[in-house]
Amino acid sequence: MGRYTLRRLLQLIPVFLGSTFIVYALVWGLSDDPFAGKCGQRACSPAYIAVMTERYNLDDNIVVQYLKYLGALFTGDFGQTASGTEVADVIANAYPTTIKLAIVALVIEAVIGILAGIVSGLRGRGFVDSLVLVSTLFLISLPVFVTGLVLKQVLGVELGIIRTSVPNDPSIADLIVPGFVLGSLSMAYVARLTRTSLIENTRADYVRTAVAKGLSRRRVVGVHMLRNSLIAVVTFLGTDLGALMGGAIVTEGVFNIRGIGGLVFKGILQQDTATVVGIVVLLVIVYLIANLVVDLLYAVLDPRIRYD
Amino acid sequence: MSLRRLVAIVAGMLAVALVATACGGGGGGDDQSAQTLSIEWGEPENPLIPGNTTEQNGGDVIDALFAGLVKYDVNTGQPSNEVADSITTTDNKTFTIKIKPGWTFHDGTPVTAQSFVDSWNWTALGTNAAQAQSFMEKIDGYDEVSTEAPTAQTMRGLRVVDPQTFTVTLKQPFTIFPLTLGYSAYYPLPQKFFTDRAGFEAAPVGNGEFRFESRTPNQNLTLVRNDQYAGSVKPQVQRLEFRVYSELQTSYDDVVSGNLDHVRAIPSAALAGNRWKTDLGAGARQKEGLVTDSLGFPLYDPRFANPVLRKAISMAIDRQTIVNQIFGGVYTPATGYATSAAEGYVPNQCGEACTFNPQRAQQLLAQAGGFQGPLTLTANSDGGHDPYMQAVANSIRQTLGIDARYQPVPSFSEQRRLANSQQFTGLFRNGWQGDYPDIETFLTQLYRTNASSNDYGYSNPAVDAALSQADQAPTVQAADQGYAAAERLVLNDMPNIPLWSRPVIYGNGSRVAEAEHNPLNRQDTTTYRLNPQG
Repeated sequence: MGRYTLRRLLQLIPVFLGSTFIVYALVWGLSDDPFAGKCGQRACSPAYIAVMTERYNLDDNIVVQYLKYLGALFTGDFGQTASGTEVADVIANAYPTTIKLAIVALVIEAVIGILAGIVSGLRGRGFVDSLVLVSTLFLISLPVFVTGLVLKQVLGVELGIIRTSVPNDPSIADLIVPGFVLGSLSMAYVARLTRTSLIENTRADYVRTAVAKGLSRRRVVGVHMLRNSLIAVVTFLGTDLGALMGGAIVTEGVFNIRGIGGLVFKGILQQDTATVVGIVVLLVIVYLIANLVVDLLYAVLDPRIRYD
Repeated sequence: MSLRRLVAIVAGMLAVALVATACGGGGGGDDQSAQTLSIEWGEPENPLIPGNTTEQNGGDVIDALFAGLVKYDVNTGQPSNEVADSITTTDNKTFTIKIKPGWTFHDGTPVTAQSFVDSWNWTALGTNAAQAQSFMEKIDGYDEVSTEAPTAQTMRGLRVVDPQTFTVTLKQPFTIFPLTLGYSAYYPLPQKFFTDRAGFEAAPVGNGEFRFESRTPNQNLTLVRNDQYAGSVKPQVQRLEFRVYSELQTSYDDVVSGNLDHVRAIPSAALAGNRWKTDLGAGARQKEGLVTDSLGFPLYDPRFANPVLRKAISMAIDRQTIVNQIFGGVYTPATGYATSAAEGYVPNQCGEACTFNPQRAQQLLAQAGGFQGPLTLTANSDGGHDPYMQAVANSIRQTLGIDARYQPVPSFSEQRRLANSQQFTGLFRNGWQGDYPDIETFLTQLYRTNASSNDYGYSNPAVDAALSQADQAPTVQAADQGYAAAERLVLNDMPNIPLWSRPVIYGNGSRVAEAEHNPLNRQDTTTYRLNPQG
């Protein structure tokens, strides 16, 4: 498994270079006038354009520009936003919040989703099963912003149970409702995935063997069936964690969570290249590592899968 | 490593991360928050330097941190001397400015004539790439310092006479110059800015009613009361927190539910049906302002060369109905380019050409020979313009029977790119925020030949002459009359269709006794007061 991990880590390098280069080129290449809109309702002065062209090496060829940026990056210099703040500082402020929100959402969707899936999968057709199917269908059909705005309006504005926005440096309790909103869609998928896999495996040979051996039902379900049924669910949760770590633009906006998603969104609108590329660099690494961890977890769950 | 152990380790790490993050929360003391007035805010686009800030977010903090020569009245917008003791002139070209003694910066150094001169010279110097550079363009010697390769470091029009006095010589007479001096670009800078630039940007030092306390990028910025403030009206609230929001609606909900004290604008969803007035009660604030919306013509496109056609389109827009339906009747349909909060405003300058009149509009269209092809209306869809742009397009289509369509572009920067490169192919949305409360702020920069915001490509020698004549009028009153005459000339050519003016609207939460904006939509933080705790 060690060699496999090493090989996967080495593969990260070309993927990292390729994706960051594409992002860098796209953000600067988005518009043929990188300074449009930077000076309010008027065109920027030639003096301003000259200074900024110099600062961002815009006179160089795009490859040279990218290499210069990368060189600075490897010395730990993420560059500065247009307002003169270090991008590294901005990320360091926003990222803990994004991680907290991602973990809360993941825990909520995993616990509720898997439990609901197990219950409906084991019981078979009946009231509980129909309830899970209908309620997940309902969640899947609702866009996240609707869930978010409705919960905020009802729980926050009308009933006053929760705050309508999340404070800076939020605690886990502050993030439960936003985490639920963010995880609600995936929760529905997790429940359905778990349910389907369980039903499929109920009739598998190894389950019949386990029952025939006289194992307790709890052991048959908990150790033999679940472990095999969860492969698809873990894949889904792993990629979802990667996506959640990339920030959640809509949920962050609704509850004013100062995370990474809103930062990227605003950076793109304002063409603040240093912010966008800096964050994307980080996200690429996070996403690649999350995928690697998922692949390694397969081996844990299914002894038939080996990496040598 | 056994696989089961790996699972245990992963689970353990997750648990630790959860516990660790759970402990990370917790807010500040209750005493502190009881005396802090929190304000909805957004990240500034540039470092917090007066001469480098022309947008609202940075400007709001700069206004609390700095005091200028002139201050605009919170209710009327009338300028009065603040740091300036007197501003005198004999020829409206050379102004002698005396400043009051006793003003200091937050680091204890005195505010002198040199503080202003150094600040203005820094802003004008081309290599500093300051956003507000063009505000210095009327000063003699600007052309030499403002280029990419300046041939002088300072403007010859600025001269320090003694520590309390300096003179400003302009290129040409500009009668209303003193009343423009309340704009943030004209604030003074302390010596610290020139000796320790990085330190200044991290913790700005001003001479205003609040001192800088702390800033967490993308989260908040706090200011504390300056007890040494030398201005006539002292600040009252102990601390201001500017809190970063990404959605106006969220900050509005926070004010309604008591998590935030002040919101600087009202989301359009709350304007509809005047819901904001029931939500906020006495905290719903509104006054006449200096913001206008209009639709410009790309005069470089020959299809729009005929002023009769441009008037026909203007008269096809049912402004009052759109204002009532989309803005809850809060906005005022325009009858000219200026707003009533500006000095020198004359009502009904536009007359028939800005009045909805379907028959006359159709007549004029026929007289202009009709219009070929689709008529596109463009605005940036990241600015909340979609609903009313759609309504305007519908109004034009229904009245004139031409194929008018709203065609949004994704971002403000894309809109500006089209404007700067003169690539608009139809009407484009224009928002204008006056920089000072005079009718001139709505004209010179927009309609003079080659002016900095003349996106229309409009040029009329008669208008240029009228504006120059007004600039040189002997008194402010005569100047304003001259500008009004120029406004009528421009409206007769209709390069830009006035739509409506936006009042200054903002909301206060239930903890706030008073928190006012002036007609320039700048926050007057000396008025900010919280209700006594009971």
